[in-house]
Amino acid sequence: MSRFQSIEFYQRPTTTYQLLPFRFTPLNERGEYVVTNLAGEHLVLPGDRLRALVRHELPHTSSEYLGLRARHFLCDDSSKSTPDLLALKIRSRYRRLAEFTGLHIFVVTLRCEHSCPYCQVSRQTGDTEAFDMSRTTADKALEFVFRSPSPAIKIEFQGGESLLNFSLIRYIVERAEAINHQAKRNLQFVIATNLAVVTEEMLAFCRDHRINLSTSLDGPEDLHNKNRPRPGKNSYQRALDGIERARRIVGRDSVSALMTTTAGSLDRVREIIDTYVGLGFTGMFLRPLSPYGFAVKTNAIAAYGADRWVKFYKEGLDYILSLNNAGIPFREFYTSVILKKMLTSDDPGFVDLMSPAGIAIKGIVYNYDGAVYASDESRMLAEMGDQTFRLGSLANDSYEDVFLSDALLNPLEESFAGSVPMCDECAFEPYCGAEPVFHHTVQGDFVGRKAESSFCRRSMAVFRHLIELLRSDPDAKRIFLRWANR
Amino acid sequence: MLQLAGEFTQLDGLAPSVQRQHFRISTNPALPKPLASEAAFLCRGAAVPSGFGLYLAHEGDQEVLEGAPTGSPKGVLPISAVYLCDGDILRVSSTAKSYRVVFRRGTRHQSILLTERCNHYCLMCSQPPRDEQDDWLIEETERLIPLLPLDTLELGFTGGEPTIYGERLVNLLRLTDRLLPYTSVHLLSNGRRFADRKFAEAYAAVQHHDLMVGIPVYSDDPGRHNYVVQAEGAFDETIAGILNLKLLRQRVEIRVVVHAQTIDRLPTLAEFIARNLLFVDHVALMGLEITGFTRGNLKKLWIDPYDYKQIMEEAVEILAAYRVPVKVYNHQLCVVTPQVREFCVQSISDWKNEYLPECTGCDLRAQCGGFFSSQVKYRHSDHITAQRLIPVPLAVETAP
Repeated sequence: MSRFQSIEFYQRPTTTYQLLPFRFTPLNERGEYVVTNLAGEHLVLPGDRLRALVRHELPHTSSEYLGLRARHFLCDDSSKSTPDLLALKIRSRYRRLAEFTGLHIFVVTLRCEHSCPYCQVSRQTGDTEAFDMSRTTADKALEFVFRSPSPAIKIEFQGGESLLNFSLIRYIVERAEAINHQAKRNLQFVIATNLAVVTEEMLAFCRDHRINLSTSLDGPEDLHNKNRPRPGKNSYQRALDGIERARRIVGRDSVSALMTTTAGSLDRVREIIDTYVGLGFTGMFLRPLSPYGFAVKTNAIAAYGADRWVKFYKEGLDYILSLNNAGIPFREFYTSVILKKMLTSDDPGFVDLMSPAGIAIKGIVYNYDGAVYASDESRMLAEMGDQTFRLGSLANDSYEDVFLSDALLNPLEESFAGSVPMCDECAFEPYCGAEPVFHHTVQGDFVGRKAESSFCRRSMAVFRHLIELLRSDPDAKRIFLRWANR
Repeated sequence: MLQLAGEFTQLDGLAPSVQRQHFRISTNPALPKPLASEAAFLCRGAAVPSGFGLYLAHEGDQEVLEGAPTGSPKGVLPISAVYLCDGDILRVSSTAKSYRVVFRRGTRHQSILLTERCNHYCLMCSQPPRDEQDDWLIEETERLIPLLPLDTLELGFTGGEPTIYGERLVNLLRLTDRLLPYTSVHLLSNGRRFADRKFAEAYAAVQHHDLMVGIPVYSDDPGRHNYVVQAEGAFDETIAGILNLKLLRQRVEIRVVVHAQTIDRLPTLAEFIARNLLFVDHVALMGLEITGFTRGNLKKLWIDPYDYKQIMEEAVEILAAYRVPVKVYNHQLCVVTPQVREFCVQSISDWKNEYLPECTGCDLRAQCGGFFSSQVKYRHSDHITAQRLIPVPLAVETAP
C-alpha cells in the first residue's frame, strides 16, 4: 500500500457547500449567465450550471465548482480561509472611501474665446470679468481643500477657458504650495485648457510647478474645427501647436487630451484614434456625450442614442486592440477603468462609476462665484438653471455645512446602487456607478428607472462586451490584464 | 556534482570528547594565532605554519602533512573534496571520521538544513521527512552562525519544516540578524505555523533587516494543494499564515513546484494570487528536481516542460501583468517560450547544476541554469536543443 493518499481522499466533500453572496445576470443569447461576487470577481456559467449551483447540486469535483470556490462564490470545509480573503478584498475595494475628497475643481473663469455648440458649461463671452473667480473666493476654497483628509490632493483648474484667468491660477498654485509646506499632502495640479491662448510664460510656470495640462482634441482637423469654432477657425492648429510646445517645455507626459463625441464623430472612430496615435499619445478616452449645458439646449444629445454610441465604442476598441496586436501599445482609458474594477481588487476611483456616488466625496467643484457644487456635471446643470446639487457657498457656509448638507447626503444615500431597485440584483453592480446627477438630469430622480436609463443601457453593453472578449479572445485578455493594472 | 560530505581516509589527534567540531579552512600561513587555533590549515607543500587547530591534505598528497607540528590533529581528505578552498567551513565528526562542508565561501547559495521533521509529506519532496529527534541540526547551526564571514551574501534555512522549533527558530533568526547584519536570509516553510498569530508576531518582532520566507501554494483548489502536500487542512492554514505575515509586514515569497499535478490550474492559481495575495513579495515557479519522493512518484508527477510551455507563459504573463514579481526556476531556456525567458533565473545551486551534450554550442547556455544532476540522471525534457540566436541558413552552397 502506498504511503501517499489519492487526490480523491483530499477532494472528498465533508459537508455540503455554503453559498456566499453573489449576483447573476443573463450574458448573451446562448443562455449563459455572468455571476459576480461582492469583490467583483466574475465567472460565466451556463444556465443549468447556475441552477445546479443555487440548488446545492453542483458536483464538488466539477471545474465550475473549483472555479466558483477559488473565486469565493461558495465555501466548504476545505476553504475556511475564504471569508477572510473575501473581507480583505472588499476592504481593499472600498479603502479609498475613507480618504474622502481627492479632486478639487476650481472654476477660475467662465469666459472662453471658443463657441462650441456642445459646450457643457455655457461659456460667457471673453471680456466679462464678472465671470472670474476672485482671490477671496480662491482663499476660501483652499481652506476647504486642505480640510479634506485625503493624503493625495489634485487641484484641477477649469473654465470657460481657464488660462484667461491665469493670474488667479498662479496665485492659487503658489498659495496651495505654501499651505502644503505644513500640510504635506501629495499635491498635484492640472489645468484644463484648449491651449489656444497658452503662452511661453504660462508653460514655464507649469514646468516649474509640475502642473499637467489637459486639453481637448476631437479628432481630425475638419471634425475638430466644426465641433470647436473660434475666431480664426483654427482651434485644431492651435491645439496641436500648444501640445507640441507644452511637451517641449513642460514635458512629454505633461499633456493629455480628451475628445468629445458628437454625431459627426460616430462614423469616424478610426480617424479619431489615428489622430491621437499620430500625435504620439499613448491612449485616449472614448467618451459618451453628457446631457448637460449647451449639449441639451441644442439637442445634440438627441442626435444619437446609447446604442449608436456603443457601436462607436466597440469599433474603436476593436481598432485599438488591433493596434496593440500590431505592436503599437495604445490604451483606451474608459475600458481600462472598467477592467480595473473587473479584474483587480482595487478601485480606480472614477467618479462616473462609483457607488456610493463620487459626488463631493471623491471630487468637488468650487465655482467662480463661490458656489460649491457636488461635481462638474452639477455646476453644468446649475448653469441650465437647476441648483439641486448646489451644496452651499464659500462665502456663507462652513466645510461641515457643505458636507453634511441634505443636498449632498440625500442623493448619496438614495442612489447607493447596492440598495437601488434593479441595481441591487444586477451582476454588473460592482463595476457600475450610482450616477445620481445623470439620473436626476434626464429622469428627475436621483435613482431613476434603470430600465429606461441610457446610462444603464450603455454601461451594461460595455460590461457584456468586455466579458465576452475576455473569454473568447486570448490576445485581448493579455492586453486587458495590462490595462487593468496600469 | 560536488560531493559535500565524505569520510576522511585518515583522521588523528582530535579530542574524541568533542563529537562534532567546525573548522574554517585556511590556506593562509600568516593567519594570526587567535584565528589559526580555530581553523584547519590546508597543506599544499610549502612550509607548514604552527598553531592551527587541524591540518588537512588531500589523498595522494598526504606527505605534506609531515611538515605539520608533531602531535597536532591531522586529516586526509578524499579526492572528491579537492574543490575545498580558503574560507569554506567543515563540520568534522571525530568519532565517525567524517566531514560535511557546511559553508562554501565562493557561492551565493548557502543552504542550511535545520530539521528533517515535517508536517507535510509532499509528493515531490526532495528531502523526505524523517520523524526523528534531530535538534542537533539547529544546535550546530547556532554554533555555525558566529563562524560565518561578515560578507556572506545569502543564507537559506530549510527543512523539513523549520517552524517546528517555534521560539528557537525565532532566536536563530535574531542571532543571524545581529551577527550577520549584511546577509539576506531566506527561510523555507509551509507557512502553517504562522496561522498562530502569536508565533507570527514573535517572528516579526525579530525585525530582521533582510528576511524572506518562501511558502508553497500549489493550487487555487484547496483539495489539490492538500493532496500535493499530503495533509488535510494545509491550504487554509497556509493562507492564514501568509495573511498574518503580511499583516505584520513580513516579506513572503510564494513557491509553486510545477508538475503534472499542478500544471492544469497554474493560470487559475496565478489569478488567485493576483486577486487575493497581490501583496506577496515574490512568486517562484519551479521545475521538478528528480530526487527524493519525486523518483517514486514520477509517473504521477512527470510532464515534459516543453509540453506545458504555453500554460507556463500564460501564468507568467498574468502575474507579470498584475506586477507581481515572478521568476521561473529550474527550467532550461530551450523549453520555455521566448516571452518567459526573461523571467528565468540561473537558480540551481552550483554543486548541483550540469548540462547535456545537446547543450554544446547553444547560444543561450551562458544565461541558462542548466539541469539538476538528478534531472540529467533520471528525467529531463525530450526537447533539449541548442538555441541559435542568429538564424542558420537552411541550405548552404558548397563549392564544387
